[in-house]
Amino acid sequence: MSGVRVLVGTRKGAFILTSDGKRRDWHVSGPFFAGWEIYHLKGSLADPNRIYASQWSGWFGQMIQRSDDGGQTWTPVGNKFAYDGTPGTHQWYDGTAHSWEFKRVWHLEPSLTDPDAVYAGVEDAALFHSRDGGANWQELSGLRGHGTGPDWHPGAGGMCLHTILLDPANPARIFIAISAAGAFRTDDSGQTWKPINKGLVSNFMPNPTAEVGHCVHHVAMHRSRPNVLFMQKHWDVMRSDDAGESWKEVSGNLPTDFGFAIDVHAHEPETLYVVPIKSDSEHFPLDGRLRVYRSRTGGNEWEELAKGLPERDCYVNVLRDAMAVDSLDECGVYFGTTGGQVYASADSGENWSPIVRDLPGVLSVEVQTLQ
Amino acid sequence: MTAGAPVDEGRTSRLPIRVALPYHLRTLARVEGDVELEVSPPVTLGAVLDALESRYPTLRGTIREYGSGQRRPFLRFFACEEDLSHQSLEVELPGKVVNGEEPLLIIGAIAGG
Repeated sequence: MSGVRVLVGTRKGAFILTSDGKRRDWHVSGPFFAGWEIYHLKGSLADPNRIYASQWSGWFGQMIQRSDDGGQTWTPVGNKFAYDGTPGTHQWYDGTAHSWEFKRVWHLEPSLTDPDAVYAGVEDAALFHSRDGGANWQELSGLRGHGTGPDWHPGAGGMCLHTILLDPANPARIFIAISAAGAFRTDDSGQTWKPINKGLVSNFMPNPTAEVGHCVHHVAMHRSRPNVLFMQKHWDVMRSDDAGESWKEVSGNLPTDFGFAIDVHAHEPETLYVVPIKSDSEHFPLDGRLRVYRSRTGGNEWEELAKGLPERDCYVNVLRDAMAVDSLDECGVYFGTTGGQVYASADSGENWSPIVRDLPGVLSVEVQTLQ
Repeated sequence: MTAGAPVDEGRTSRLPIRVALPYHLRTLARVEGDVELEVSPPVTLGAVLDALESRYPTLRGTIREYGSGQRRPFLRFFACEEDLSHQSLEVELPGKVVNGEEPLLIIGAIAGG
């Protein structure tokens, strides 16, 4: 019997929401790691019982937790993230050189084929890899050291590597994104990297089309077309049809093209979802109305999805890793808010309802489709 | 330099060193109440932390930063009404801690709103 498991990271712990394929009745378990910030949880495609979680506290630092039974029990694994060699410097907020310092893990991306292999995107921006279930972590330092690192600088949330996309068709190809540096790609399993930001325009930069420095908020792909990427930049929704070699804007008729989250329908590679946010000065929906926007044309033409979402007085945000889709026949779409709601649609976004309304602020949402 | 009464190095039996952990570290280490550790003289703050991390590897990196080995900024060390947070790790702990009469307190700062 099919079902879904929604993994929710919040500011005060992790929660797991489960339902059968109808996605009407939900069971909520948690909080796990109560009181800690859970930046991200993600399950392995190769073994759905294997889930990794990033657990962080301002007092006690970083922990990585691993479950081998679908989130029922957890074991702390390795939490030592040491930069390879001399860390060097990046730009600080005031433009001065600042030493790289590990702060936390923003995103965990399990291998598509090996449950024991997992990538970690960290702040200050770097990519780490574990081949032993999270016990030991090694930096893929070719990214940080490829040459543009001294020009990277932190966004308001810190200089975080928040997006990791593994190419299902090419195990040696990985896409990552950093705020505020941009998107990068490796074609040799992380040894060498190149910036892939041609076509991005960021007017806050002295050179708006510079090779690096762009505040990329999130990037998504459909597994069947790994060369097609969709990006929610600080401002602008962008699309690449050549694995990031070039980008074009597809914001089209969106009421505002600022936002954080973006995702692609599980079965329709040209259908994508964003949650427009008013501006970088006001991180909440336009007019207090929470809306998802869907494009069925790969961008440019967007439709408002509002049924079941707050019509007024809603001033939450939806963060970059807080949207996900399931792969049941009728694609489910999920997102969490900084107000603690997790909304679900079991019909590709037509109708929405809250699974939970009163969790701590949601940092991340991932979905496992269980067969 | 010592922070308390001198330790009787000739003792053949001693009570274990007691360490009081903050709630979240007790949860991580899966312990209730004070942790008890056997530590060979000289019983310094560093030796106790080494013994603690050896017995509970999960706590590595949570009290002292990896790399620098420095105390995390929002944690403090207290014992026998003394703030030991800014002392060298090589300083011997107060006699009552060494003798197991008083715990070494690892305390999370009250920070936030």
